[in-house]
Amino acid sequence: MSFNTLTYYWREAFASIFRNSWLSIASVGTVAVSLLILGFFSLLVVNANNFTRDLESGLEIRAFLKDGQSKDSIKKIKSEIDKISGISMAEFIPKEQALEEMKKSFGNRKEVLEGLQNDNPLPDGFRVRVSQADQIPVLAGKLSAIAGVDQVVYGHGLVERLVTATKWVRLAGVAILVFLCIAAIFLISTTTRMSVFARRKEIGIMILLGATNWFVRFPYILEGMILGFVGAVFAASAVYVGYISLSAYLEQSLPFVQPITDQETILTVLGGIMGMGLLIGAIGSSFSIRKFLKI
Amino acid sequence: MINFYNVTKIYPNGVKGLNDVSLTIQKGEFVFLVGPSGAGKTSLIKILFREELPTRGQVLFYGKNISRLKGREIPYLRRKIGMVFQDFRLLPQKTVFENVAFAMEVTGASKKNIRYRVPEVLEWVGLKDKAKVLPSQLSGGEQQRVSIARAIVNSPMVIIADEPTGNLDPETSWELMKLFGEINKTGTTVIMVTHAREIVDSMKRRVIALYEGRINRDEEGGVYCNEL
Repeated sequence: MSFNTLTYYWREAFASIFRNSWLSIASVGTVAVSLLILGFFSLLVVNANNFTRDLESGLEIRAFLKDGQSKDSIKKIKSEIDKISGISMAEFIPKEQALEEMKKSFGNRKEVLEGLQNDNPLPDGFRVRVSQADQIPVLAGKLSAIAGVDQVVYGHGLVERLVTATKWVRLAGVAILVFLCIAAIFLISTTTRMSVFARRKEIGIMILLGATNWFVRFPYILEGMILGFVGAVFAASAVYVGYISLSAYLEQSLPFVQPITDQETILTVLGGIMGMGLLIGAIGSSFSIRKFLKI
Repeated sequence: MINFYNVTKIYPNGVKGLNDVSLTIQKGEFVFLVGPSGAGKTSLIKILFREELPTRGQVLFYGKNISRLKGREIPYLRRKIGMVFQDFRLLPQKTVFENVAFAMEVTGASKKNIRYRVPEVLEWVGLKDKAKVLPSQLSGGEQQRVSIARAIVNSPMVIIADEPTGNLDPETSWELMKLFGEINKTGTTVIMVTHAREIVDSMKRRVIALYEGRINRDEEGGVYCNEL
């Protein structure tokens, strides 16, 4: 492929983008919107995965004690808990410490807990860690059988629900993505089809003069890729700015939510958006040129 | 050299374009293809240009079997054949120069070669001064000269002209015929489909007359029609 041919490809591609400028803008817009949603969905899924993993690793059982236990009976309960196999650690949490921890999790909104200092409604309890997460329901049952234990709480149901929710988010995400990609491909293919159609005579003459199929096809594929890429740049910028400000806002207002902020993950998602833009553009335009090359 | 061996072309609707046609055209020949419409002239050209495949039989173009060409080889066959049509098929938004240069661009020729070769060919067809003009500003004869320039710019082995004078007055037709004669003198094979009786009769070239898909007559120095 000579340099001359390369400049020909670019010249032709840009010429037809500007010839059908409104349709080009519409394609760029569709690609941008589709990829914008794609970007946010991917970040949502990545975050949900991360959140689930965090929760699972921090999985624990809280065994709350009946009020007014003596130190002796607390010791007795502790030794009984230690006897149960499958429990890796049991730590006594007095009600004062429980309140402190709660305050911490409220972050800068801990004032709402002011005043509970003197009339602490929280019970004493044990924080129990297990070696295997799926043993939690069984062990929880054993813990609640111990005399002096009032209530046993574990986050197992929550985690399960979260895993299910993540799965659905991912599934719905994929479905929406596929749909949007098809729409974007369709629009790009319409745009390039217009330019192909406007120049079908020229294409016929090119074939007559012995142009290879690639020579005929490439300017249109390039056109599609340029449109897809420009859309992707818009989408990626919007995703980046939107996500950075959203995660900053979430960290401020919801301290227990920890959005992913490491550059590597975000850049991977942005890179994926760019790649999808090029791919969508190339696929869309190759669809539209195909039937004109059958001579 | 072009060889047709027992070539039959049947279209999907059952119409027979060619019926068991065998012929040989040597390098450097000037051949008129004559016959009424539907006789198979267009089928013959389309098969040679690999726009259509023969239903039966073999076609060799300089020893190469046209039916066995792979899709990606077809453009290279077409570059060896220069086509001239009745309706010129020029690109209206491109200038004369650009129209001729386009044939070279398509083959990936360098700018330098294009700048050298296109004026040369335009001078040869007598349109040196009209290089920057659009086809719509030219007469029919001049437009056909542009399309001839485009057909020969890549120095093809064969020129196929499909009724090149069909839309032109007799005087212009004669001038174009002289041009085709000169192309032929350089050793390029010329195959011309035509209905121009006077031209065929006075050029005294090989005439292949087709009728209902068969070769009715094939003679050197022939005339358009000798029975009537």
